[in-house]
Amino acid sequence: MATTQSRTLAKFMLMPSVLLLLGWMIVPLCMTLYFSFLDYNLLIPGEHEFIGFLNYEFFITDPAFTESFFNTLLLVGGVLIITICGGIGLAILLDQAIWGRNYVRIMVLAPFFVMPTVSALVWKNMLMNPVNGLFAHFSSWLGMNPIDFFAQVPLLSIIIIVSWQWLPFAALILLTAIQSLDREQLEAADLDGAGPFSKFFYIVLPHLSRAVTAVILIETIFLLSIFAEILVTTSGGPGYASTNITYLIYTQSLLQFDVGGGSAGGIVAVIIANIVAIFLMRLIGKNLEG
Amino acid sequence: MLNKLTMLACGALTMSAAVTAETITIATVNNGDMITMKELSSDFEAKNPDIDLKWVTLEENILRQRVTTDVATKGGQYDVMTIGTYEVPIWGKQGWLKPLDNLDADYDQDDLLPAIRSGLSIKDKLVAAPFYGESSMVMYRTDLMEKAGLEMPKAPTWTFIREAAKAMTDKDAGVYGICLRGKAGWGENIALITSMSNSFGARWFDENWKPQFNTQQWQDTLQYYVDVMEESGPPGASANGFNENLALFQTGKCGMWIDATVAGAFVTNKTDSEVADKVGFALAPDNGLGKRGNWLWAWNLAIPASSKKSDAAMKFVSWATSKEYTALVASKKGWAKVPPGTRTSLYENPEYLKAAPFAQITLDSIQSADPVNPTVEPVPYVGVQFVAIPEFQGIGTAVGQQFSAALTGRMTVKQALASSQRLTERAMRKARYPK
Amino acid sequence: MAITSSHKSKLIYTVLAWTISGLIFFPILWTLLTSFKTEAEAISASPSLFMFDWTLENYRDVLERSPYFTHFWNSVVISIGSSLLGLLIAIPAAWSMAFVQTKRTKNLLMWMLSTKMLPPVGVLIPIYLLFRDFGLLDTKLGLVIVMTLINLPIMVWMLYTYFREIPSEILEASRMDGATIVEEVFHVLLPIALPGIASTLLLNVILAWNEAFWTLILTAANAAPLTAFIASYSSPEGLFYAKLSAASAMAIVPILILGWFSQKQLVRGLSFGAVK
Repeated sequence: MATTQSRTLAKFMLMPSVLLLLGWMIVPLCMTLYFSFLDYNLLIPGEHEFIGFLNYEFFITDPAFTESFFNTLLLVGGVLIITICGGIGLAILLDQAIWGRNYVRIMVLAPFFVMPTVSALVWKNMLMNPVNGLFAHFSSWLGMNPIDFFAQVPLLSIIIIVSWQWLPFAALILLTAIQSLDREQLEAADLDGAGPFSKFFYIVLPHLSRAVTAVILIETIFLLSIFAEILVTTSGGPGYASTNITYLIYTQSLLQFDVGGGSAGGIVAVIIANIVAIFLMRLIGKNLEG
Repeated sequence: MLNKLTMLACGALTMSAAVTAETITIATVNNGDMITMKELSSDFEAKNPDIDLKWVTLEENILRQRVTTDVATKGGQYDVMTIGTYEVPIWGKQGWLKPLDNLDADYDQDDLLPAIRSGLSIKDKLVAAPFYGESSMVMYRTDLMEKAGLEMPKAPTWTFIREAAKAMTDKDAGVYGICLRGKAGWGENIALITSMSNSFGARWFDENWKPQFNTQQWQDTLQYYVDVMEESGPPGASANGFNENLALFQTGKCGMWIDATVAGAFVTNKTDSEVADKVGFALAPDNGLGKRGNWLWAWNLAIPASSKKSDAAMKFVSWATSKEYTALVASKKGWAKVPPGTRTSLYENPEYLKAAPFAQITLDSIQSADPVNPTVEPVPYVGVQFVAIPEFQGIGTAVGQQFSAALTGRMTVKQALASSQRLTERAMRKARYPK
Repeated sequence: MAITSSHKSKLIYTVLAWTISGLIFFPILWTLLTSFKTEAEAISASPSLFMFDWTLENYRDVLERSPYFTHFWNSVVISIGSSLLGLLIAIPAAWSMAFVQTKRTKNLLMWMLSTKMLPPVGVLIPIYLLFRDFGLLDTKLGLVIVMTLINLPIMVWMLYTYFREIPSEILEASRMDGATIVEEVFHVLLPIALPGIASTLLLNVILAWNEAFWTLILTAANAAPLTAFIASYSSPEGLFYAKLSAASAMAIVPILILGWFSQKQLVRGLSFGAVK
C-alpha cells in the first residue's frame, strides 16, 4: 500500500519529532549519567570527584529501597485497576441516554483539571482528617470509629487520591472508544438474543482493548513518578509505608541537593521504568498492532 | 546574556519616571508577615522611585529548593532572597552571601537580638538581615486548666505537661490534652522533637560526628513523645504539621499546643479562633537539665554574592528590616501584626507589649535559645532544632519518617531509634564525616 | 450499550449517573464552596454545605495579593502554545507511523514513551544549568519548549492510536482519486481525525496547565503560571484553606469552561466516525 514516495515522505514527517525527542532525551540523560558518577553536592562547591558506582550502591542498598520499589508497583497497579474498571463503568454509563448529559460529563471530568497539590490538600484536610474531616463525621454518624487514613493505610489513601484524579482521564478515553463502537454489531447481537453480559464481554470489551492499552501505558508513565500527593500528605511516612522511588530520590538526594545521588537515583528509576514497560508491552503489546 | 537583555527590557517597559529604573526580584515565603511586607512595599517604592520590585512568593519548601538551586548554580534569578537560619551558616561559609556592609546609617545592628544576630553572622559580619524571629512555647487553654484544677507555671517541666495533658483529655468530647507535630520532615516533627531532646540532655552528634540515637537520653525523649501522644494526643497526629494543629487548637480541640511563637498571634485572633480569649502562654518545658525545649528560627533577607544589583537590593533589605518598617506596620495594621522576634527595641516598646500578650514569653524564649551551644553536652554543630550541615535536610526527613512510624505504632521506639541510628551513620559515612 | 428509549431505564440511568458523578465532583464542589467561607468557617468542626456566611473576602485578598491575570495569561500561553507546537510536530509523526508501518514502528513508539520515564526530579539540575546558559530561565518560551517536549511522546502516542482506527480504505480511495499526500492529509485525514486531534489537544492543554514541577522550578516573577500562583497560597504557617480554595477556583474554572465547550465539539465530531 505504501509507495516509495510516501515512505520517504513519512520519514521526513517523522524526523522533527524524533530529532527533538532524541535531543531532549539524550542531552539531559547524558548529563544525568555523568553527574551520577560524581560526588556532586550543590551546597559543597569544589572539585567534583569521580567516585564510580558509589552513588548507585548507596541508593540501592538504602533500607528504604526495596519497600519503595514495591510501593511504586502497588501504587501504579492499584490506581490502574481502579481507574480502568471505574473508567469502563463510567464510560458505559455516560454513553447512555440520560438527562443533563453535558453536566454529568463535566462533573466526571473535573478532578482531572485540579492541580495535584490542591487535590491532595482537599482530600487530606477536608475529607480524610480523622478529627475534622467529612469521612470522620460520616463514620461517627454511623456510630463507627473514624479511620485514621494516613496513619493506618497510608499507601491506600494515596492510591485513593490518585485514582480520583485519573479516573476522568480513563473515562474520557474509554468513552471516546465506546462511542465509536459500531451499533449495528450490537443490534445484530440483540437480534441473536444475546444478553447484556455476553454483549459486554464479547463485543464491547474487545473493542475497548486498544483504548485500555493506551490508558494503561499513558497512566503508568505518569503514575511511576507520583510525587506531589505524597509530599503534601504523608511525606512518605509513616516509616517508608508510602514512599515510592521518586519520593525516595527526593528525600535521599534532592532534598540535600546531592546532585550525584539524585542522578544515580534517576537512572535507576529509568531502568526500573523501562523494565516495567517491556513487561507491559509483552502482556498487552499485541493490542497495538494490526 | 539573554537574561540581561530581558532584564533591561523589563526595566525599560516599567512606568517609572526615571529612565534608569532598576528592577530587583525578591523571593519570599508566603507567611503573613512577608505578605504584609509586599503590601506595604509601595512605601519603599515611593522613597526609591528608581527601583522597581518584582515578587516571587512561594511555599517554604518550594522556595528553598528554587532559591538554593539558583544561588548554587549562580542562576541570577533573585536579588533578594528569604532564607532561614538553617541556610545562612551553610551558605555564608561558601561565600554565597554578600556581607551587609552598607545598610542604612540608622539601621542599628546592635539593636538586633544577640541570639539571632550570632546565627546570622560569619566572623562577626552580618550576612543576612532578620525579618522575623520565632521560638517555641506552650499555648494552653486557661478554661480547661481551671476545669482540671491545675495551674500552669511560667516555666513548666515535661512531667507536669504530661500530667496536665492527661487531666485535660476527654476523648469522648473530642478534647485532646496536647497537640504536637507529627508530620515527617526535618522542619516538621524533627524540629519539635530535636528541641525536646535538647532539654532531655540528648544531642544529634557527639564531637566526633557520631550519631547519638543509641543513647538513653534519646530513648527517654522519643518514649516520652510517643507516650504522651498516645495518652492525650489527637488521632491523625502523624500527618499533622503546624497548620493542622492550629486548626485543631482554634476549633477548641486541644488543651495544650507546643509550637512556634508566631502562633500566638493566630490563636488570640478573635476572627479566626473560637478560643481567642481563653489562651495562656508558658515557656517551653524542660527537665531541669539547663536547656529548655524551645527552638530558634528566623526568616531573613539576604543578597546573593553574585547579584549585579546589590546596591538596590541592600536598600530594600535595610528598609524591610528597619525600625521604621516596624512602625509602619504598626500604624497600618496594628502592633499585634508587627514582625516579631528581631529587635530589642520592639520588646521595650510598651505599646507592643500591650497589644501582644505573648510578647514577653516570645522574648524570653528567643533569648534563652543558643544556636552555638544548643545542648547540654558539647556538639560540633550549630543549630537548636536542626544541624546546620547540608546533609541535614535529607537525614532529618528520613529520621522524621522513623519517628512518625513510632508515633503510629508501626514500630517500637527502640526500633525507630535503631533504624535512625543506622541510616544516619550511613549518610554520614557517605558524606565523609568527620571532615 | 442497549439503545433503548424507554423512559424507565432513562430515569434509572440518569439517577445513577448523577449520583456517581456528584460523588466524584464533590471534593471540587467543596473547594468551590470553601472559597466563599471565612478561614474560621473553613476549619470549623461542624462544616455546613450551604448554610454559612457567604463572603467574597478571599477572592478580594487573592486578587489584591497576586497578579492573577499575569499568571493566567502565562498559563494560557504556555498550555496552548506548547500543545499547538506539539501538534505541529506530532501529527506528521503519528501519520507516518500509523500508515507507513515499518518493523521499527513499535520500538520507536516505546522509545518515545520511555523518554518520559526519567523522573523530572533526577534531571532537575542538568536542565536548570542548560536553561541558565541559554538564558531561558523565567521565560515563557523556555516553558513552552519544556512542556512541548514533555508531552510530545503522549501526543504522538494518542494520535497514533486514533489514526490507526481510521480505515486505510478511505485514504486509498482518495489517493485513487488522484489526491496528493498533502491534500490527503488536509482534506481527508484531518476532518475524520478531528475528534482524536481535539481530545489530544485538550488533554495536553490540561496536562500543561496543571504541570507543577517545571513550572515552579524554571520560573521566577515573569513567566510564572497559575501553578505558582496556587503554590503561593499553600503556607506552612498560617491558615489558608479558604484562600487556597479561592485561588484554586480561579485556576480551575477557566479550564472547566474550556472543557465544557470542547465536550460539545467532541460529541459533534464523534457522530460521524464510520466508513460509509
